[in-house]
Amino acid sequence: MPFIPHTAADTRALLDAIGARRLDDLFEEIPAELRAKALTGIPDALNEMEIGRLMAERAAQDGRALSFIGAGAYEHHIPSAVWAIVTRGEFYSAYTPYQAEASQGTLQMIYEYQTMIASLTGLEVSNASLYDGASALAEAALMAVRANRKSKSARILVPCTVNPTYSRVARAIAGNQKLVFEQLPYCTAGGHTIVESLKRYEGQDITALVIQQPNFFGTLEDVDELTDWAHRQNALVIAVVNPTSLGILKAPGKWGGLGVDIACGEGQPLGVPLSSGGPYFGFMTTRMEHVRQMPGRIVGRTVDRDGKPGFTLTLQAREQHIRRGKATSNICTNQGLLMMAGTIYLALIGPAGLAQVASASVTRTHALVDALVSIKGVRTAFNRPRFHEAVLQLDRPAATVLSELAARDILGGYDLSEHFPELGSALLVCATETKTQSDIDAYARALGEVMKSARAA
Amino acid sequence: MTEKLIFEYSHPGRGATAQHPNTADAHGLPAKFLRTAAPLLPEVSELQAVRHFTRLSQLNFSIDTHFYPLGSCTMKYNPKACNQYALLPGFVNRHPLGAESHGQGFLACMFELQEMLKEVTGMQGVSLTPMAGAQGEFAGVAMIRAYHRARGDHERTEIIVPDAAHGTNPATATMCGCTVREIPSTPEGDVDIDALTAAVGPRTAGIMLTNPSTLGVFERRIGQVARIVHDAGGLLYYDGANLNAILGKVRPGDMGFDVIHMNLHKTFSTPHGGGGPGSGAVGVSARLLPFMPIPLVGRDGERYRWLTEKDLPQSIGRLSAFMGNAGVLLRAYIYMRMLGREGMPRVAEYATLNANYLLKRLVAAGFDAAYPNRRASHEFILTLKRQARTLNVTAMDFAKRLLDHGAHAPTTYFPLLVPECLLIEPTETEAKEDLDAFIEAMIAIQREAETAPDTLKNAPHTLPVRRLDDLRANKQLDLTWKPQAA
Repeated sequence: MPFIPHTAADTRALLDAIGARRLDDLFEEIPAELRAKALTGIPDALNEMEIGRLMAERAAQDGRALSFIGAGAYEHHIPSAVWAIVTRGEFYSAYTPYQAEASQGTLQMIYEYQTMIASLTGLEVSNASLYDGASALAEAALMAVRANRKSKSARILVPCTVNPTYSRVARAIAGNQKLVFEQLPYCTAGGHTIVESLKRYEGQDITALVIQQPNFFGTLEDVDELTDWAHRQNALVIAVVNPTSLGILKAPGKWGGLGVDIACGEGQPLGVPLSSGGPYFGFMTTRMEHVRQMPGRIVGRTVDRDGKPGFTLTLQAREQHIRRGKATSNICTNQGLLMMAGTIYLALIGPAGLAQVASASVTRTHALVDALVSIKGVRTAFNRPRFHEAVLQLDRPAATVLSELAARDILGGYDLSEHFPELGSALLVCATETKTQSDIDAYARALGEVMKSARAA
Repeated sequence: MTEKLIFEYSHPGRGATAQHPNTADAHGLPAKFLRTAAPLLPEVSELQAVRHFTRLSQLNFSIDTHFYPLGSCTMKYNPKACNQYALLPGFVNRHPLGAESHGQGFLACMFELQEMLKEVTGMQGVSLTPMAGAQGEFAGVAMIRAYHRARGDHERTEIIVPDAAHGTNPATATMCGCTVREIPSTPEGDVDIDALTAAVGPRTAGIMLTNPSTLGVFERRIGQVARIVHDAGGLLYYDGANLNAILGKVRPGDMGFDVIHMNLHKTFSTPHGGGGPGSGAVGVSARLLPFMPIPLVGRDGERYRWLTEKDLPQSIGRLSAFMGNAGVLLRAYIYMRMLGREGMPRVAEYATLNANYLLKRLVAAGFDAAYPNRRASHEFILTLKRQARTLNVTAMDFAKRLLDHGAHAPTTYFPLLVPECLLIEPTETEAKEDLDAFIEAMIAIQREAETAPDTLKNAPHTLPVRRLDDLRANKQLDLTWKPQAA
């Protein structure tokens, strides 16, 4: 019996001790008319060799394409040590550290994580992680409503340059609690949010302004001016940031005169594989004054009975298992393993390495854009400084171009037509330190052919 | 045994340079966008990092190293194959927005997982996207609300929750903009039918139930509960926390539930990972099909494709940036294929066998069951209120002393309505010898409670730290490390 150790003699001994004749007797309290019949829709069991073969075939079917897609999930080198450690059984098969004495490894790792993420974002405190970047923004919006006592409106301003899926997720999760998300337009020349466009909100009750840096187009926003504008309106600022970029970009805690109030984002670029979209981890940091409004688990350092330092879950009075219907969130887990991957990644890559990864991503994207805009019918949409993504406008339909590139095993970017129809045929492309000049040349060659044949057709 | 903080190994200028990219070019970004002070990240060699994190791992209890009978959490063996095959390069390197043509292998696994979960739960549709049980709960209650709204039934905003429920249930109802109405349980652990009948009405959106309940017993009158709630116009939500107890034996869909979430990290053995990632797939009855969270995986002939807003315009929407914890879903898929048709009911049978064996032997040894007249499900509750009264030792003292015996503590002080309780769930993957060792440990601790209670009160004695000062942790908040001023 797979994963069940009982011999026939064991089963008999256990049943005898219980005083039951058959295993089925143990289910006597379930009304007979409800009992399940054979599960004909479940296939026969496979042993490990058989499932291994099936999964290898399935994985091979997905191929090894050369990908230039970003749009919220980024390909980076992952040091081998990261997953060698994360998948150790002592981490992989442990649960939430409720028994602190038996979970010091996990707890100390969370404390180290909190320290690194707080410093990276330039804020004072971090939680132990949330599900992903999109749901972290939803939680940040809910938190802002609790934290901004000057505001009664629950109005959150969200620039169109914030990842559109994040906005949708925030609406789906927070919309039931009467939060209102209002979209702000962007500058069609720069692909960024202009402070002047916010004029019409001045004097109104705004709970928070969301600023994504780099924004969804890869463009850098004027974060200082936007932050100061929001604070003048008594609104809080929620930063959505890419953690890799913080190797070189200004920490949200330093934006404007006062710094942001909450920073959040997707932790995936820090040692977590693309893996079809998950599991990733969301991060969230804030100022100490708002810590009691923060959702999710938090670890603190304390001492044991002998005065020896140790780690434990703290501020639990915010959480669902204590406060039930009045909790800050229904969140119960964090993304423990992924947070660990992020911590180990940051320890290995260090401050110099992270800055190099960020720099290399900027320069590789420059090289990519240079190579692609030299092709007839391809141009960049925006003229502002960017991090590691860029919007390209094509004179052929993006969907057709992408599928012809895919036929050549190149995933050429993310089609923006669904969320940004005003850009026409537009692709969001990305290159990180993983892309060599020959990868970029291969893409440019393929795109040149595809654009030419599309024009000839 | 303790371990220094990673920051205390740091030396300026050191680094795991084999991990750094080769880059000579300057990024050339304007200064106004740049950070001026480097972040506080450690500067350590690769070996220092590996040794540090390996040592940290050795401070943990885990399923791979210890018996872990944590009630309500289903800490069963996580087969290594599930991890290894989910980490095949084709899967881990696949971008979530990659072309469907380059994801047919992955999508096939997800489609088949949806179908298998429908079959074991008796539901009509499954969405895999919720990222944890609590998010599955959110999706479920949001669907119930969307269903009532779509019918113009705007008054239905009240969610009924038994007092034994997980804290996530009322917290979820609040997140969905609903109010919570709590109803009591009977002394035998069933839903109080009179209280339920009095609670339902035109404001009832639905009821959230765990069955078997968190009291470790099966709700025998589930058919009657379903009729009362449905007749009042409400829907039934099944909290799948305890699905392991009934897998393949009775299906939530057949009990009358309209929506369920499954904790794949419990029943389908994906890793708990020190507190996540979870995965909280939801299943629905026919009337909730249009409201499922997206994306789903559909099949057109031989090709698999994503189903999105266009296919389900009434969907409650997206709950994650992509499709939830895809890699966790692959692990659950592999596990289910390895169990196969006959393996599903065996999970429930042997989990229940192990729990009832432990209960019987512990009661014979003098412990008090919270529900002595009931058959245990896959877990059961002991109450130590007699020991607390007569010996002045608590459930927490027992729990801490168990750690010294090499067993992770059971769940303590949950459910809240049983005083001094231990919620014990051995799971089906534990052998008789390991159950017997736990029984012996409990008997030894009971004897110690009678003869040397201080040994319990001061436990644990053999772990990396002794009991921690939680009060100080709360009052003198130390949430990040700060470098000492030089």
